[in-house]
Amino acid sequence: MKKLVLTLAALGLAATAAQAQGTYPTRPITMIVPFAAGGPTDVIARIVSDNMSRTLGQQIVIENVAGAGGTTGITRAAQSQPDGYTIMMGHMGTHGAAPALYPNLKYDPAKDFAPIGLAAGTPIVIVAKKDFPATDLKSFLAYLQANGDKVNMAHAGVGSVSHSTGIFFNSVVKAKPTMVAYRGTGPALNDLMGNTVDYMTDQIVNVAPQIQGGNIKAFAIATAERSPALPNVPTTKEAGLESYEVSAWNAVFAPKGTPPEIVAKLNDALVKSLNDENTKKRLLDLGGVIPPAAEQTPAALQKLVESEVARWTPVLKAAGATAE
Amino acid sequence: MGDLFANLGLGFSIALTFQNLGLAFLGCLVGTLVGVLPGVGPIATIAMLLPITFGLEPVGALIMLAGIYYGAQYGGSTTAILVNIPGEATSVVTTLDGHQMARQGRAGVALGIAAIGSFFAGTVSTVVIAALGAPLTKLALIFGPAEYFSLMVMGLVFAVVLARGSILKAIAMILLGVLLSTVGTDLETGQDRMTFGLSFLSDGIDFAVLAMGIFGIAEILRNLDHTETRDVVHQAIGRLLPNREDFRQSYLPILRGTTIGAILGILPGNGAVLGPFASYTVEKKLAKDPRRFGRGAIEGVAGPEAANNAGAQTSFIPLLTLGIPPNAVMALMVGAMTIHGIVPGPQVMTRNPDLFWGMIASMWVGNLMLLIINLPLVGVWVRLLKVPYHLMFPAILMFCCIGIYSINSLPTDVMFIGLFGIIGYVLLKFGFEPAPLLLGFVLGKLLEENLRRALILSRGSLETFVERPISAGLLAVAALLLVLALLPSIRKGRDEVFVE
Repeated sequence: MKKLVLTLAALGLAATAAQAQGTYPTRPITMIVPFAAGGPTDVIARIVSDNMSRTLGQQIVIENVAGAGGTTGITRAAQSQPDGYTIMMGHMGTHGAAPALYPNLKYDPAKDFAPIGLAAGTPIVIVAKKDFPATDLKSFLAYLQANGDKVNMAHAGVGSVSHSTGIFFNSVVKAKPTMVAYRGTGPALNDLMGNTVDYMTDQIVNVAPQIQGGNIKAFAIATAERSPALPNVPTTKEAGLESYEVSAWNAVFAPKGTPPEIVAKLNDALVKSLNDENTKKRLLDLGGVIPPAAEQTPAALQKLVESEVARWTPVLKAAGATAE
Repeated sequence: MGDLFANLGLGFSIALTFQNLGLAFLGCLVGTLVGVLPGVGPIATIAMLLPITFGLEPVGALIMLAGIYYGAQYGGSTTAILVNIPGEATSVVTTLDGHQMARQGRAGVALGIAAIGSFFAGTVSTVVIAALGAPLTKLALIFGPAEYFSLMVMGLVFAVVLARGSILKAIAMILLGVLLSTVGTDLETGQDRMTFGLSFLSDGIDFAVLAMGIFGIAEILRNLDHTETRDVVHQAIGRLLPNREDFRQSYLPILRGTTIGAILGILPGNGAVLGPFASYTVEKKLAKDPRRFGRGAIEGVAGPEAANNAGAQTSFIPLLTLGIPPNAVMALMVGAMTIHGIVPGPQVMTRNPDLFWGMIASMWVGNLMLLIINLPLVGVWVRLLKVPYHLMFPAILMFCCIGIYSINSLPTDVMFIGLFGIIGYVLLKFGFEPAPLLLGFVLGKLLEENLRRALILSRGSLETFVERPISAGLLAVAALLLVLALLPSIRKGRDEVFVE
């Protein structure tokens, strides 16, 4: 009798569990974006989640929790219930550079998350002021090495994509410019166009219009292939700087402990979204890069996070950059 | 010139379609309503309402968002006048005389002149953007860190002039504001400063939190001090709209405010915040009897409100012609444009002329809508003041808390408005003015960052500030203003040295 009750109870439990999985999601899902509304990560999150909402049959609500280079929002998301109703859009900074920049970081990018999958990335472009005395990447690098700290490099603040990728660039090409910090890409670009600073590295979304408009020069794009948004800008590989290949990737994560069925469901929705013609077009129009199918799985994302932490930590530590 | 008319014609043909007119109206209405809630300024409003524009055509969506922006801005001024809570930095000045007018039963006149001044400024700056947008862009580019630093120094001198009572107290408040602005992660080195190891302080103190606490909550506390003497309730509401005498007093301030605001609005990095302060300073200096300022002078509302709106609009110039957002609201507009598949930049004008000129035309339409929406609403807003205070203040408190939480979703922000409220109350009791503190806070960060940036670029040479002509000119104006402000005090007896 006892056995029967237990079996029935177990069956009942299993049934509820199955039902819960079967019907997930039953209410709107919150996606925490750790940056202010309007930035590249926010825009990508909104475009991708738009289609995911349709697949899941529930609205994905974007909540912007900005602060401390994105780590405030990710910390909060990492500590939320792992029930699939709170997910987040992490990126190169929060899940790659952050451990080196924030010694008191309250999460481990490789251990405290259930990766869902890679969303779109935005390639990094090496840009300089219009009057910069160089015509291609080779002469640019020669000038940097010859002029040392006489050259001014702009970045959008410690912890920003332009800061991390800029430090990485300098370490690869052995340049030692004077670093000038700005609060965000906008003011930095303004001074680059006004010939006040000499060069910077930043995401294609931010700089492409200025390059197309002839307000600044682009020397190379740090991806394997040229971008349709900037067809005349060579890749770093073509320009002879193979070791500088970097993109600001964005990826969806859930808190650690999220049931695998839910992860699979979210991944499926994400993959469908990335393969949707309309979503694809909107991302490509931005200059975004959509990862190949093999890189859209949770396992691939986990591997990426581990390799990114390993790549950024020594570079940033060597440059003495911390944000605390 | 013919080109300009052809372009504006194209713009109006787009802005005046039935759908776009409706969207502009809807945007302005929603913006006004949400903006009236204390704490919910244009940034929070646009961020919250961004998703509902996804289903629209890009032009219509942007017209609606721009409408929300103007609406929220105007709504923010309404709260500044009625309950003494500035929605954002640009409406701080409006609280000075606007709220005093409301206390004297002239809330309707204050709201009316704000709406009319804004409309005039909006009309002028629409034409400025259409005619001079492209050449004016260069102004933004010649403003480097050194020029910016000098501009901020000039701004701080304005703050001294803003003060009602003792100049010494005003300077103390400015310095306190500058100090508060240094809390947070250092931009150049990434070190935490004055955060006491508290992680929520590492991004500094939010303007909205400080403003709401030190103005709004402190005002509530002060009113509760002597509940039933709250003047507004007992005063007759008086005329709802400005009369001829009000217009006579206001038209010059509106003209001057529009000019000042339009120029400062173009500057990158939040140059627009200086507009209302500069306009207020100018009016106070030009007035026959400067003592009326801070006690309900209509010029003190008309000028700054015009400057505010002119700046709000000309700050679209760097966005539309360069694709560079000069402030947080414009950064949000960039996001909205990219979501709609338009990458803002120098090519927007040639590649999407319908969008470019449609938006410019819609600015004027939006301003007209605001006037149409707000003049009839003045009566409704003023009647709000008749709500008994024991019902009103819990509502204001609740909206403050919801508003502030909606910006960053941080519970600590809500606690901080309480803390700043108590500080603000104590300061009020000791006769310190909160406005110079807020100006010091807003300018402090820009001042410090640009000083360091300029010195890094000049490799430590201070001469950079006087070698560059614009920077030198701004510093000279600042010095002159300071002397003018201090002279009368120096002449008076020793006891009165620091009392105006």
